[in-house]
Amino acid sequence: MTVLFGQLFTGISIGAVLLLIALGLALTFGQMNVINMAHGEFIMAGAYTTYVLQQSITGAGLSLVVALPVAFVVAGAMGVLLEVLLIRRLYARPLDTLLVTWGVSLMLQQLARDVFGSPNVQTRAPELLTGNVALPGGLTIANNRLFILALALAAVAALTLALRLTPLGRRIRAVVQNRDLAAVSGIATSRVDRTTFFLGSGLAGLAGVALTLLGPIGPTMGTNLIIDAFLVVVVGGIGQLKGSVIVAFALGVLQATGEYLTTLSVAKVIVFVAIVAFLQWRPQGLFTLRTRSLA
Amino acid sequence: MSLFRGRRILAGAMTLVAAAALTACGSKTTDEGGATGVTADVSGDTVKVGLLNSLSGTMAISEVTVRDSIMLAVEEINAAGGVLGKKIQPVGEDGASDWPTFAEKAEKLISEDRVAAVFGCWTSASRKAVKPVFEKNKALLFYPVQYEGLEQSPYIFYTGATTNQQIVPGLDYLKSQGAKSVYLVGSDYVFPRTANKIIKAYATANGMTVLGEDYAPLGSTEFGTIVNKVKSSGADAVFNTLNGDSNVAFFKEYKSAGLTAAAMPVVSVSIAEEEVKGIGTQYLEGQLTAWNYYQTTPGAANSKFVAAYKAKYGADKPTSDPMEAAYVGVHLWKAMVEKAGAFDVEKVRSASDGITFDAPEGLVTVDGKTQHIAKTARIGKIGADGLITEVWNSGKPVAPDPYLKTYPWASGLS
Repeated sequence: MTVLFGQLFTGISIGAVLLLIALGLALTFGQMNVINMAHGEFIMAGAYTTYVLQQSITGAGLSLVVALPVAFVVAGAMGVLLEVLLIRRLYARPLDTLLVTWGVSLMLQQLARDVFGSPNVQTRAPELLTGNVALPGGLTIANNRLFILALALAAVAALTLALRLTPLGRRIRAVVQNRDLAAVSGIATSRVDRTTFFLGSGLAGLAGVALTLLGPIGPTMGTNLIIDAFLVVVVGGIGQLKGSVIVAFALGVLQATGEYLTTLSVAKVIVFVAIVAFLQWRPQGLFTLRTRSLA
Repeated sequence: MSLFRGRRILAGAMTLVAAAALTACGSKTTDEGGATGVTADVSGDTVKVGLLNSLSGTMAISEVTVRDSIMLAVEEINAAGGVLGKKIQPVGEDGASDWPTFAEKAEKLISEDRVAAVFGCWTSASRKAVKPVFEKNKALLFYPVQYEGLEQSPYIFYTGATTNQQIVPGLDYLKSQGAKSVYLVGSDYVFPRTANKIIKAYATANGMTVLGEDYAPLGSTEFGTIVNKVKSSGADAVFNTLNGDSNVAFFKEYKSAGLTAAAMPVVSVSIAEEEVKGIGTQYLEGQLTAWNYYQTTPGAANSKFVAAYKAKYGADKPTSDPMEAAYVGVHLWKAMVEKAGAFDVEKVRSASDGITFDAPEGLVTVDGKTQHIAKTARIGKIGADGLITEVWNSGKPVAPDPYLKTYPWASGLS
């Protein structure tokens, strides 16, 4: 029973990690339809930001708190730079965007290697986050995973509220639903694109900070995550956040269960087979956006 | 743009990623046949040796340190007058973490540069790729990394540990500490799977229980479930053959789950001083490693080696087991050549038996029959300063036994 709950929590926390890395992509790929292969490198940028901040801020807890907003801005700024310099010129040519951002991703990896060296770097986690909460019955819940779960849920809540309630959110939704109509209604679509890209990339930076608590910080950390992130958004349904949220947790629990009953590799196969079967049944993903746009 | 279009492009993206992964894994060894026994060019007043390490790609992080320590050995030998009166002229090649490239560069070093010996390779995959090249050309390779054993090429000298000099002593140590059960965690490729086969045979013969065995693909960084399984198994110890980035995620998860080195120690065979830096002592303090050499190994030879390495490459650079084995390889080759009185490969090979060297790890002796070397096995504990201190050693060098022929329990393995 303890193991069962332990595994359930592991599944939920895998889901939280998936959600955090996919959330930014749900904006840039889901809402704007830009395939940004460098999204993983924005996650890496967030992780390295944490590392750099720890060089000057001694308290591990304080530096983590400071790293969250700073990484958001750093990764967001990189996203805006990419949007302004390259992606904006390629909106009509999605295949070229794919190749160009793939190239940018390789360049950013090499940049990280040149600046920080190819070996992994380490950050110190605050003592509080390396411990765990012991529940009756021998069940323990790791604090760092609780933190990531809370961060993921907070990010989803903030993003949902921003999209629903703020004028900016309304403009983003308008552009997603019908770009031409939004433009003739007086919305500066290119500025909205830039802001959306800033938010999406910034969320990747946030994910990077969270991942320093779980895994390695190195030049290639982003590439290992990018496919999972795309899977979540595609299965969840493009253009909708709630699809990504549900799918992230569902895949997390499926992965954890499969892995417990079999092995890690077999669990991955199970997850992929489930995804393929699901997409055969619902090629548009879990939820789709109803739109009156003609495209 | 329709939603479907987005997905089709995404499929393109996945193909691209997959293709990149495939090119990295594809392996084809050059096999031209015909040419036999290219003799080394030793006519001038220098003798060329080949240095074959990955200076780029995923293995560069480890292999560059090996190249550095080979260069250190070459400089030391040249400063002391060279080999048979000839200065060593190193010819460096980049294996680029790509196994066919290793084979191609090995061929180039042997046939074009006509080197007297080659030092290098790290992964077993790269060694397997160059092995036929060296055997076809009857040229010499000195391989510096601990490996899974069960191999004995007449044209390779293995200066790292084979299984009975690293894994078996690791198990002996656990047994002596009273461990009755172990859990095996490893990366999913040839070395961990072979190592775990050996560990299971050992366990059966020594009254230990293997409570579980889990593999993660190389590069995997999600260890929630595996650590859950390890924890609920209640094993006395964990034997860890994970490689690379996975170690970072594994040890972070291990600590978060409340598992400690005191309650359930982890013995690792792929974490040396360099890797400790990348994982963080916060997560590793108190955990165990099995090697033949640590930066802290006592002795004058090691003090000299560490001081020379730091003076040349920087005070913050640690020395580790594979680096030391590579350094020892160059010195052993020099001693073999001098005993043979010639650079000729067959003469060097027949002179090799019994050659000794006062290495940083202590006295090592070449076993001419297996072309491995007798090394002292050492178990170390990772300290808060990131260095590893010895807690146990085998007392004397352990004779190499790559096929574990002297261990009755291993009879069904090879």
